[in-house]
Amino acid sequence: MITLSINGKDHEFNDDGDMPLLWALRDILKYTGTKYGCGKGLCGACTVHVDGQPIRSCVMPVSAIAKQKITTIEGLSENGDHVVQQAWQTLNVPQCGYCQSGQIMSAVALLERNAKPNDQEIEQAMSGNICRCGTYQRIKEAIHHAADLATEVKGS
Amino acid sequence: MKQIENVSRRGFLKKLGISSTALVIGVQLPSMLTIPKALAGVVGSDKFAPNVYVQIGIDNIVSIVVHRSEMGQGIRTSIPMIVADELGADWQQIAVVQGLGDKKYGSQNTDGSRSVRRFYQPLREAGASARMMLQQAAADQWQVDVSETTALNNNIVHEKSGRSLSFGSLVNAASKLKVPERSSLILKAKKDFNFIGKSDVALVDGEKFVTGATTYGFDVELPGMQYAVIARPPVLGAKVKSFNSEAAKAIAGVIAVVQLPDLEEPAVFKPLGGVAVIAKNTWAAMKGREALAIQWHESEHQSYNSDSYKKALAASCDNPEKVLRSKGSVTKALAEAKQVITASYYVPELIHVPMEPPAAAAHYHDGIFDIWACTQTPQSAQGTVAQITGVAAENVNINVTLLGGGFGRKSKPDFIVEAAILSKQLNVPIKVMWSREDEIQNGYYHAVSYQKLVAGIDDNNQVTAWQHHVAEPPIGSTFSKGADLIGSEADLGLIDMPYDIANVSCAVGKAPAHTRIGWMRSVTNINHVFAVSSFVDELAQAKGLDSKDNLIAMLGTDRKIDFSNENANYGNYGETLSKFPVDTARMKAVIEKVSAMAKWGRTLPKGRGLGIAMHRSFVSYVACIVEVSTNSDGKIKVEDVWLAVDCGLAVNPERIRSQMEGAAIFGLSLTFFSELTAKNGVIEQSNFDGYQVARIADAPTTHVEIIDSDAPPGGIGEPGVPPIAPAICNAIFNATGKRYRELPLKQYGIV
Ligand code: FES
Ligand code: FES
Repeated sequence: MITLSINGKDHEFNDDGDMPLLWALRDILKYTGTKYGCGKGLCGACTVHVDGQPIRSCVMPVSAIAKQKITTIEGLSENGDHVVQQAWQTLNVPQCGYCQSGQIMSAVALLERNAKPNDQEIEQAMSGNICRCGTYQRIKEAIHHAADLATEVKGS
Repeated sequence: MKQIENVSRRGFLKKLGISSTALVIGVQLPSMLTIPKALAGVVGSDKFAPNVYVQIGIDNIVSIVVHRSEMGQGIRTSIPMIVADELGADWQQIAVVQGLGDKKYGSQNTDGSRSVRRFYQPLREAGASARMMLQQAAADQWQVDVSETTALNNNIVHEKSGRSLSFGSLVNAASKLKVPERSSLILKAKKDFNFIGKSDVALVDGEKFVTGATTYGFDVELPGMQYAVIARPPVLGAKVKSFNSEAAKAIAGVIAVVQLPDLEEPAVFKPLGGVAVIAKNTWAAMKGREALAIQWHESEHQSYNSDSYKKALAASCDNPEKVLRSKGSVTKALAEAKQVITASYYVPELIHVPMEPPAAAAHYHDGIFDIWACTQTPQSAQGTVAQITGVAAENVNINVTLLGGGFGRKSKPDFIVEAAILSKQLNVPIKVMWSREDEIQNGYYHAVSYQKLVAGIDDNNQVTAWQHHVAEPPIGSTFSKGADLIGSEADLGLIDMPYDIANVSCAVGKAPAHTRIGWMRSVTNINHVFAVSSFVDELAQAKGLDSKDNLIAMLGTDRKIDFSNENANYGNYGETLSKFPVDTARMKAVIEKVSAMAKWGRTLPKGRGLGIAMHRSFVSYVACIVEVSTNSDGKIKVEDVWLAVDCGLAVNPERIRSQMEGAAIFGLSLTFFSELTAKNGVIEQSNFDGYQVARIADAPTTHVEIIDSDAPPGGIGEPGVPPIAPAICNAIFNATGKRYRELPLKQYGIV
């Protein structure tokens, strides 16, 4: 048995330890906010945080992350009001929305290690996340906007 | 279209979970075919009137049924905007209800950029009709003339006396009234719109998108549901020879292995066949599939090799089978020309890669199918499931989830039929999920194309001859085995070439299909406009003219083109030419607009270039200017894209902009990176490593302006795509002097 700590809650996992975290989250524990896009670490749709680091859950076996703290899109904030979520809504970033959980998780991880990223740093940090709908321009703007919001919050 | 009628006692209320005390307004429609015929997604041969339902509860909540599929275009916001505006509804008191697949809604086939184009008027009428009944109910109660009342924020107001009544309080009285005649409906004036044309309306699903609370096809969970993946034939039409069921079942979590019926072509929307592995979870199903060790019989389509196929297409262009547009004598004009310019263009086979691959969950019970799927076309899903499983269509309930992108892939319901077959056979709820590899290797493909163009320029530097030959496998082959000549695809950028040239010939050559050919965002406009708009730019250079000046000059005098005068049978996206003319003045206006936006003609730094292209598709006009830069390694970057759009009246400008931004990326992806190749009938690419699309660092800044217009609304989801590729290649020529005529550009090492 493996204990998975997801969004601050412990879950017992009794299945194949080789199962990628993505399917454990989605199929077994019903956290469906984390998406499948490629299963090979190529698209970023499945991005979650493990101990604060963004990882591709489709290529991360459950056995490798027991005891670490997993955060999914559902656990990012209580009321959907994380600055990144706010910025995303203000700028109407999503089109189909499918890639956006992964985009947001990557963006949050970026802002946590770099409060004021420039365009190039954004491009680097977000290069693993594909958006087929083509929302990249707004993602960039929203990350800048979230950085500003975060500064305002801290400053006030 | 028939009269709007009060349908408050109809059975669908139960399905929607809406109480029958709600006031329900609907538009009654003629029935439609449940399975669209070939190309229904491209040229609307369907003349089915649109419809919408409005329900107002005594709790004052206005429920608006969205009967079209949301795949990123924002239709779940735009439809409510139209209805709510005419109704005088309060945006905060609206509930958006996704309509089940049902013919009573009219066409639900969400492709061909038609949702607003076809439904704007009926949606307004449905809103206005509900509003007028509420007004009448209030006027009756107050004993005043109805013309003294107005609707505002879910209230009917009598300004004179300062009285007001909420919609909810009027529901019972309004329900008893006769629905107004369509001819008596009073629609709002444009200046009075609250939502239509406004850019500040938040996305209906905005909060759910950012919290992960959305449900896509992949996300559907049903009690007791089992998870399935399917091993499908690597070559179209290959039948299963053998497989190791026991090995798959030996994988922990695998529950069953089911062989599906082999495909008999034409493919239509039938499942491809193969072997399904059903398990307790997706991972077990995938591992089980790997263990199957399937052997396949040979298929005639294993003769398909992209290299030799390309040569065959080129040869076919030299020997066209059918002339689709002709005017004057191209042969004579070419013989007399001072300069003859020729060029060939190639666009490879492409695939949609929506971020969410196809997925469907089906539950067969008590003779009924309850199905949830990310489908663009719930009615053809319903019809196809009924046809293949033998369950009556009215017992097939198709619930439309959100779509994680569609781009045309999800208007083919083969994946839904797979789930239905398995659930019926195994008697449990089954979710079928396509892996990325499945999506890329077993798709409905955008046709590979070869095109040869010839033009003659006379002594006066005028283009006097235009010859355009195309060979590409037709969408018709998916519906009629062996079809090898395109049909309505020719309407998309080939025979609607708008330049004013005295001698014109457009012809097509044979091209047999070896994969399922389908439609992908803007369809053959992609290939044809890449060729036409690149070639027009080459003609500018041959004539020694500025690219933009040449475009304007070649469009000739302002006129509305009727291609039937040139022996062409042009479908105009299923619309009449009187309502949606092919108007060269509007073409010029978007060209002038985009030129102003991009400051065309300015001096550029070294290594920079500007390129321009314009095209009318889905009855909307889009002109595009691209600025590229080259770095010291000779790599090209698209820096900026400017798009001027005339789509008639702009209902949801904010989503129009986002569709244009997305179109720029979609066009950039296929210009720079995307290519499928076949070897012995098998698609060689399988995931985003082999089949590349644009990533964030590739993304330009896209600037969009929408022409203010009172013309009827045109399409928006697709028209942004076609001009992108030629504008990029024209810009590269402008920057480097090199002309690229084959996509994708990654083969040249410049991206
Ligand atoms: S699904 Fe994990 S990176 Fe694509
Ligand atoms: S919003 Fe659709 S894939 Fe990104």
